[in-house]
Amino acid sequence: MATRHDTAAPPAKEGGAAPGRPPADAVPADKDHRRRARLSRRWQRDVRWSPYAFVSPFFLLFVAFGLFPLIYTAWASLHTVELTAPTDMEWAGMRNYTRIFDDDFFWNAAKNTLTIGIISTVPQLLMAMGLAHILNYKLRASTFYRVVMLAPYATSIAAASLVFVLLFGRDYGMINWALHFFGIDAIDWQNDKWPSQIAVSSIIVWRWTGYNALIYLAAMQAIPQDLYESAALDGASRWQQFIHVTLPSLRPTILFTCVVSTIGASQVFGEPLLFDANKGASGGAEHQFQTLGLYLYEQGWVNQHLGRASAIAWTMFLILIVVGIVNYVISRRLRASS
Amino acid sequence: MRARTRTARKAVVLAAVATLGAGLLAGCADDGKDDGSGSSDGGGKGKTTITLGLFGTFGFKEAGLYAEYEKLNPNIKIAENVVERNENYYPALLNHLTTNSGLQDVQAVEVGNIAEIVGTQSSKLQDLSKVSGVKASNWLDWKWAQATTKDNQTIGLGTDIGPMAICYRKDLFQQAGLPTDRAEVAKLWEGDWNKFVSVGEQYKAKAPKGTTFMDSPGGLINAVLSSEKDRFYDSSGKVIYKTNPAVKAAFDLTAKAAEEGLVGAQTQFQPAWDTTIANSKFAAMACPPWMLGYIKGKSKPEAAGKWDVALAPKSGNWGGSFLTVPKSGKHVKEAEALVAWLTAPEQQAKLFGVQGSFPSAPSAYTMSQVTGAKNDMTGDAPIGTIFAEAAKAIPVQTIGPKDQIIQQGLTDNGVILVTKGKSPEEAWQTATKTIDNNLEK
Repeated sequence: MATRHDTAAPPAKEGGAAPGRPPADAVPADKDHRRRARLSRRWQRDVRWSPYAFVSPFFLLFVAFGLFPLIYTAWASLHTVELTAPTDMEWAGMRNYTRIFDDDFFWNAAKNTLTIGIISTVPQLLMAMGLAHILNYKLRASTFYRVVMLAPYATSIAAASLVFVLLFGRDYGMINWALHFFGIDAIDWQNDKWPSQIAVSSIIVWRWTGYNALIYLAAMQAIPQDLYESAALDGASRWQQFIHVTLPSLRPTILFTCVVSTIGASQVFGEPLLFDANKGASGGAEHQFQTLGLYLYEQGWVNQHLGRASAIAWTMFLILIVVGIVNYVISRRLRASS
Repeated sequence: MRARTRTARKAVVLAAVATLGAGLLAGCADDGKDDGSGSSDGGGKGKTTITLGLFGTFGFKEAGLYAEYEKLNPNIKIAENVVERNENYYPALLNHLTTNSGLQDVQAVEVGNIAEIVGTQSSKLQDLSKVSGVKASNWLDWKWAQATTKDNQTIGLGTDIGPMAICYRKDLFQQAGLPTDRAEVAKLWEGDWNKFVSVGEQYKAKAPKGTTFMDSPGGLINAVLSSEKDRFYDSSGKVIYKTNPAVKAAFDLTAKAAEEGLVGAQTQFQPAWDTTIANSKFAAMACPPWMLGYIKGKSKPEAAGKWDVALAPKSGNWGGSFLTVPKSGKHVKEAEALVAWLTAPEQQAKLFGVQGSFPSAPSAYTMSQVTGAKNDMTGDAPIGTIFAEAAKAIPVQTIGPKDQIIQQGLTDNGVILVTKGKSPEEAWQTATKTIDNNLEK
């Protein structure tokens, strides 16, 4: 809290002090003093409590929609409870957690989340970087290109997935039709493990590349032009400029996009859910592209096992915290080294 | 002066916080009731608005039934609230029932979910058997029984059913050297699904290039299972799908058909499957009456009249729904009357005439809308009579709360894998493992 000059008495200057107050003023001065003291108390209370009132809406919302569900989920995860009768809880202890260890479906989903995360995030960020670099040149109609880049991001997952399902169709899909001209046999994009994961990743890449490219572009435009000029004077080519000027300057931005994409990848849900709409949350006939998000949804909302789903949710939460810590450590290392 | 502005400002802030808080509380309040009063206000002076929660296409509105009812009851207005897919509709309905909020005056329930609703939610729903005009004898026995609890409360009135027959392409059958007359075709496989698969082998021997006998493994196993009396649960409610020989037999028969390439490697109701209909890639499919509407929707115009309908080896039921009235509704009495009227035989017959939803009321089968029904796809085949015959032969099936999960596992995590080159044993293992994991609480 800042020092409050208005309540503190001004320091008396030597010789400059007011003449002693006449005794007649004593009573009003006392009154004034009390009034000032009252105001001061009120002012103190105000300063002290008002900020809490200002921030309270957030905390009220957080308690209602953040904390309560979190605690309720933790409570539910210790019970056997079905969605058909959420009040009918039967104590299960850690059973819902211990069984996750030998739940093949959970680990399969965890593995898929990881692989889909990698094959969607890595190319996505690389492509975004390349696109941003191109857009950073002086181009005609650059605003147009930027809007185009953001269009996939603004498209709903449902609409996008529907189109991708048609593109990736085994018998009548356009991609297999195109591959056919290169002598490649029809690939079953939905039922084979890697093709299906690549197909799901491609939806994610398509949606998020432009978004990340714009973030990179914004950061690139903040790099001072004279760095490039001096690099050019030193005889650095465009590519060398990119490596030695652009990339180092973008380090914090790259880190940010990595963190955001990791979080996004660990929560992938809509794309795999809609990629095989008929099988819904099982993520393909052999669960070959079932992510953790999907598995959680399948247990909770399809099979209606609220207790199990809650335990999965908490396990996912713990895994995310670990991922977050790893991210934090890496980013600190990077910052320290730069 | 400054102090005063400060207090004034504080008052404004407090007021803002209070309003926000009140807004929050209001947001948490029971919106079911808000809903009811809101819609009855919107429905004109003194009119009671009855809301229906439906999924997919029931066709009440399209068949003009709401308009007719509103004319008969000038103080009633009807509004429907339709969710496209039951997978989305049903979890929300369960949620609303368990919290007793957000319910419409009438809620539809799909046949695959009715056992779970009867078993777990009957205390939240009105017993409709006592409503005037409702007679158990109006419905097929098994349809009535499906929505009746152990203590004899009937919580849902049947709308349509899905008596299953086999729809086949006359032109493709002819090219493959098979008979095309529906009575002769039915004779080929009468009484036994194994015979049906044998017909598939005959078809394959001389099949037109690029076509399969049947559309999908899911379609075949569903057809076989639908005609079984006991499937996944025994009458005491125990899960028996793994030990029930009928289920394993259906699985193995379908797996055999898939290995021999008699069924297409498709999953039903997916875009690629739709395309196989449009491109005439298969010759036969299990089809309840509503499927004819689906076929019509996906076919090219030149396919009109090339289909015909023959009785299946054994009759089964695929689909159908119920209308229920939640106790917490705003207009329970009016909703009961509406439900009774909508599901009366006359209305069911009208609905079939327009929508192809087959009546669950046997007395409708002799009405002209049913006997005279035709479909563009099947030319002048008397589909009403054929499906009525199938309907009467449907067994009283034991249905369980998780039938859908089990069947989906057998289909989408099971027989489909055989078309992908997995052995039937591997497919059975994947299916049972998935199902067991999904059933375990």
